[in-house]
Amino acid sequence: MSAAAPATTTPATRSEWLQPHRIVLIAIAAALVLSAILFMRWDWLPNYYDLALLGIWRTIWILVVTVVLGFMLAVPLGLAQAAGPFWLAWPAKAFCTVIRGTPLLLQLWLLYYGLGSLFPHFPWIRQSELWPILRQAWPYAVVALTLSYAAYEGEVMRGAFAGVPRGQLEAARAFGMSPWKRFRRIWLPQAIHRALPTLAGETVLQLKATPLVATITVIDIYAVASRVRQDTFIVYEPLLLLALIYLIITGILVFAFRKLEARIPARLG
Amino acid sequence: MAAGHAAQHPARSDGQAAEAIHVENLHKKFGQLHVLKGVSLSARDGEVVAIIGGSGSGKSTLLRCINCLENPTSGIIRVNGEEIRLKPNSLGDSVPADRRQIERIRSRLGMVFQSFNLWSHMTLLENVIEVPVHVLGVKRADAIAEAERLLARVGLAEKRDVYPAYLSGGQQQRAAIARALAVQPRVMLFDEPTSALDPELVGEVLKVIGDLAREGRTMVLVTHEMKFAREVATHVIYLWNGVVEEEGPPEQLFGAPRSERLKQFIRNIG
Repeated sequence: MSAAAPATTTPATRSEWLQPHRIVLIAIAAALVLSAILFMRWDWLPNYYDLALLGIWRTIWILVVTVVLGFMLAVPLGLAQAAGPFWLAWPAKAFCTVIRGTPLLLQLWLLYYGLGSLFPHFPWIRQSELWPILRQAWPYAVVALTLSYAAYEGEVMRGAFAGVPRGQLEAARAFGMSPWKRFRRIWLPQAIHRALPTLAGETVLQLKATPLVATITVIDIYAVASRVRQDTFIVYEPLLLLALIYLIITGILVFAFRKLEARIPARLG
Repeated sequence: MAAGHAAQHPARSDGQAAEAIHVENLHKKFGQLHVLKGVSLSARDGEVVAIIGGSGSGKSTLLRCINCLENPTSGIIRVNGEEIRLKPNSLGDSVPADRRQIERIRSRLGMVFQSFNLWSHMTLLENVIEVPVHVLGVKRADAIAEAERLLARVGLAEKRDVYPAYLSGGQQQRAAIARALAVQPRVMLFDEPTSALDPELVGEVLKVIGDLAREGRTMVLVTHEMKFAREVATHVIYLWNGVVEEEGPPEQLFGAPRSERLKQFIRNIG
């Protein structure tokens, strides 16, 4: 028994993974997918192919832009709360609390139906160069989602900045680094490393917040699925496909963040 | 023993070497607490000044005032003959008046901390080249060559691409010494460099510091290792309750202490 043990463990990587219960699960999944393909209606797909691609592109585009912009806002928001004077820390705290304490849908509608309907009353706005952009829905979607991400991440970054060991910042000071260099070379990189696992989760949440933009007429992938339902009265098939698309994007996001985290050793100070 | 010291530290007896560190009448208050009450200290080139004293005597605070990690309340600090320009702040402390001046002075004072304080998101090599490349403007390739030499010197050549968290305390502290050496320091400041180490790791770090002392590096050293201070120091300062209770060459301080407090301190610490 003990002599046989090493022989079974060494070449095992593939055969060990393919255990009976896994084979059964794979068979069930394959059967589900096959029956979905064979017994459900997919004849509408070719008609909406282009629109669906456009919707996917919009969803990803909105996600990426709001995550990047939101994170850029989150860094000063977190820093102000972690180390700023009270006249910076207090407004940052208030912003994060208000945004995190109210529904994103409400913020989106306040911006789009509230602010968006105020703008046309000002001639100087209507005549400005920005008016062709402000007339559309997507700027309001981007602003609302960016502010939301910034508020949540601002809170995450506050903790991450505060968690960097004081001694390491002191060492940077003792070696003559300027405040900006200390921030850029020591404080920020370590705070991001610390925040990365949380950021991955928050980014997936952000993806799943994007369908809200459909409520202000932005055609993302969710809006396309709704359009199919309205046009053809087919309910389940578009929704199933929609779920699959979000799953795939989530998978890609999780994978990308894993890669990013793996570049940094797991044990920080 | 004493004769051997004199040969290793030519700067000691003649008093002609330039003054690397000069502290005069330094006061430091933390609120109501008067930690340093007019301390003076001088380290000439090639000297090893050891600061000893019980906990709360102000020895770490004194060291940290030299590069203004701690803002003194009043006093004069000169590094290599250059006086650190100070201005009063709202808390009643004196803070560096010229950020560039203090940053320039700090960048040539290699400091070694009790808790190592290596930058944990960087490998050892990156830790050692960080200040030369990003503060002193040394070319990256040159800095790497020098860093490899220094890591080899402290016995960590093969650990160059390892992150600090994967090393023992002794290895981390030796790497921290390499980082301090990389700035080609005029003076090295050691703040209780072995106090956070497991007893069996103290020796390897003391050996590195001792080697540096014997090659004539200027250093100011806060330590609890009395035997070590006696071996490597050229001048010992015994601090008690924020004042210099007694100072002098190690043979005199440890061999024939005059102050009752120092006698008791040496007895207690064994």
